[in-house]
Amino acid sequence: MRPETAEDAAALLRTLGEEGRPVRPRGGGTKPWGPAIDGAVLETGGLDRILEHNVGDFTAVLEAGVPLAEAQAAFAAHGQMLAIDPAFSEHATVGGVMATNDSGPLRHRYGSMRDLVVGATVALSDGTLAKSGGKVIKNVAGYDLAKLLVGSFGTLGLIVRVAVRLHPMPPRTASAVGGSDDPERLGAAALALAATPLEADCLDLDWRDGAGRLLVRYGSAAAPDQAAATVARMQELGLEQCSVVEDDEKLWTAQRAHQRGACVLKVSGRPTDLPAVCRAGGAVVGRPALGLSWLSLPLPRPAASSPQPASPALGAAVAAARDALSPRACTLLDAPRELRAGAWAAPDPGALALMARVKERFDPARIFRPGTFVGGI
Amino acid sequence: MRELIGRLREIVGERWCYTAEHQLRTYESDGLLQYAVRPGVAVLPGTAQEVQGCVRACADAGVPWVARGSGSGLSGGALPLAEGVLIVTSRMKRVLEVDLANQRVCVEPGVTNTAVSTAVAPDFFYPPDPSSQIVCSIGGNVAENSGGAHCFKYGFTTTYVCGLEVVLADGELITLGGPELDPPGYDLLGAFVGSEGTLGIATKVWLRVLPAPETVKTLVAFFDSTHAAGEAVSEIVQSGVVPGAIEMMDRVAIEASEQMAHAGYPIGRGAALLVELDGAERECEARFEEVVAVCERCGSDDVRVARDEAERQLFWKTRKAAFPAMGRISPNYFVQDGVIPRTKLPEVLAAIDALAQEYGMIVANVFHAGDGNLHPLVCFDGRNEGEAERAEELSGRILDACLDAGGSITGEHGVGVDKKKHMPKMFDEPDLAAFQRLRCAWDPAGLANPGKVMPTPRLCGEVPGVYRQHPLEAAGLAERF
Repeated sequence: MRPETAEDAAALLRTLGEEGRPVRPRGGGTKPWGPAIDGAVLETGGLDRILEHNVGDFTAVLEAGVPLAEAQAAFAAHGQMLAIDPAFSEHATVGGVMATNDSGPLRHRYGSMRDLVVGATVALSDGTLAKSGGKVIKNVAGYDLAKLLVGSFGTLGLIVRVAVRLHPMPPRTASAVGGSDDPERLGAAALALAATPLEADCLDLDWRDGAGRLLVRYGSAAAPDQAAATVARMQELGLEQCSVVEDDEKLWTAQRAHQRGACVLKVSGRPTDLPAVCRAGGAVVGRPALGLSWLSLPLPRPAASSPQPASPALGAAVAAARDALSPRACTLLDAPRELRAGAWAAPDPGALALMARVKERFDPARIFRPGTFVGGI
Repeated sequence: MRELIGRLREIVGERWCYTAEHQLRTYESDGLLQYAVRPGVAVLPGTAQEVQGCVRACADAGVPWVARGSGSGLSGGALPLAEGVLIVTSRMKRVLEVDLANQRVCVEPGVTNTAVSTAVAPDFFYPPDPSSQIVCSIGGNVAENSGGAHCFKYGFTTTYVCGLEVVLADGELITLGGPELDPPGYDLLGAFVGSEGTLGIATKVWLRVLPAPETVKTLVAFFDSTHAAGEAVSEIVQSGVVPGAIEMMDRVAIEASEQMAHAGYPIGRGAALLVELDGAERECEARFEEVVAVCERCGSDDVRVARDEAERQLFWKTRKAAFPAMGRISPNYFVQDGVIPRTKLPEVLAAIDALAQEYGMIVANVFHAGDGNLHPLVCFDGRNEGEAERAEELSGRILDACLDAGGSITGEHGVGVDKKKHMPKMFDEPDLAAFQRLRCAWDPAGLANPGKVMPTPRLCGEVPGVYRQHPLEAAGLAERF
């Protein structure tokens, strides 16, 4: 199923709702996260128009199926960008990035889709087509339903149209890099850099194979100077092999890619949790100032003689990592199919009951990925 | 009601339960004085448990309630109900935790906006800064999703709230988020911030704070017209500079503010533009020169750079004096809060001018120019019969002009009671019905701040069930009778 207009999508959903046929919305198919369902795939590929790019106002209105890369190319022609940079953005769609609350290193400065979306239109399972917000960057009229859709993983409705705020592209970039194999030292340095008022675009941790480094990116005319000053600070903080990288695109492309893997847990932590995440048994991409990390667990190598699948051992590794990081919530994103049923951590019981009521009201036919979200919503 | 008052008195104590007329009078309006309703009873709980007790008592009695922080809101969002309870959070003003390593603060809802920044100073600050920040409460900021002069660069209250403890309308106490970002499940927190007291009452708020900028540079440039100043704003933003604040005042606003603040602003100039850059020193210096050059290129022959913090404060004092200063040139005024796409500034200002002439009234303009948030001040004399009504009508037509330009009826003051009649101009029926779905999920009995936000009162029906074929039916193994 691949509707070509918002109205068609709504009409289609009304029919599916009446028939009680479950659906899974799908954009570029780059994030097969959460449990699978028996049901139809509802593709947004037909909703692929850039409806407005208001250059002077730094806003745009996009259909949900527009590939992020295509939108970025259109904005870049005017020196602008949608300040979100998840991995695999060649195929990822605007709606998919929003529905999964995916983000990349730029989140450090610009926030996630929740901070960039200024309006959204959603098609619900009773055929309703409802908009909220607007297309101006400041607006408090009505409830902020767009935020409810960010990270809803296609369980409330089909996002069909999104209005976003844009930002100027940096005139140039430069990065500072410094390393250590001591998680405590990296953690302390990350906290110190996060508290520095120098305005970095990105502040990331990259930890793998028992060693790590911090990466700080600046995007301004003075970026090389800012990076040099940060290198000096990194040295004071006891980091090693500190250097300025002026031609830094490769560095960050790799960092973005490291956020994905065969088995990735997203850790909702605090900035001070960084050393504990490094010790949790995997490779880590961290956004230290935000307290968010992506922990990539290695796939256990099956014994040559054994025909057993790797997932029981991997499932145990996931459970062990969750235990080690408890009470922080860990969401399982990339994972073998068999493990995806256990994707979500449990929210506060009161909050969960309210989430169930929200689901009931917005998806009255209960066809949007039923039973697959937190607490079996 | 009498029985409920008795129960409320037991919960908060005799001293904090107001029923006498002279006590209740204090609470009959919020910052929007043209609306006044004396509440049936006002309570000032001291703890989350007391708030919960009050809300539960209301739920049991089926009596609606309204939450109020400092009462500085400008849309009548905290307007009480004559037959309802007013729950005032002003006694809950403890800063519960300051965790600078994690850049988080936890406060009670009655803590003022300024007190948050004070608690984390000097190395950190809390970016949202509504003009009323010295008195307005964080709980109120959460309800209204407050902005301020610096939100073009830094974002709004919703950007900085990462956790809430909330008492729902049925009296249940729940936690949404906390010190950590991206908790599992729906972003109920994002839905709650800006819900204007209609989804519950916050009893604890976790906020993110940011490292204080290394340097701040501020200038005021004077132009012959708002049009020329508007050009400068567009050019500054186009060039990729993201100023901490860009504020504009027109001729009338300059004149009124100068009379109050005495900053030496030239009377008679068409527009004043306040631009503030903050951030890294080196970057700021370079960008600041660009801004000065843009202002001059766009026709400013009078650019004043603040030489020290005292002068910077004077610039801001003059800007923030604009609202109170209006009282000197007009007995009454209405403040509007429309938003437009920034590039539509010249045509919307021209439309406002034309409307002012048509109505024969003075309209002063003060605005957050970076994000296109206009605050037209419609001046009138309430003693003249029919003038308030005409001013109200003119205000409404200004909002129409904002909507025609693709904007919004409110950028930061909220809908409250004041703008709810304009909601159908911005949202169609299915949109409003979707808002109602959210409200019904949180407060099916409709007891939390009813009569606000939505244009007409609505009740929550049962969740519409959809007939679903049982698998046995589908397989032809059973029939439904």
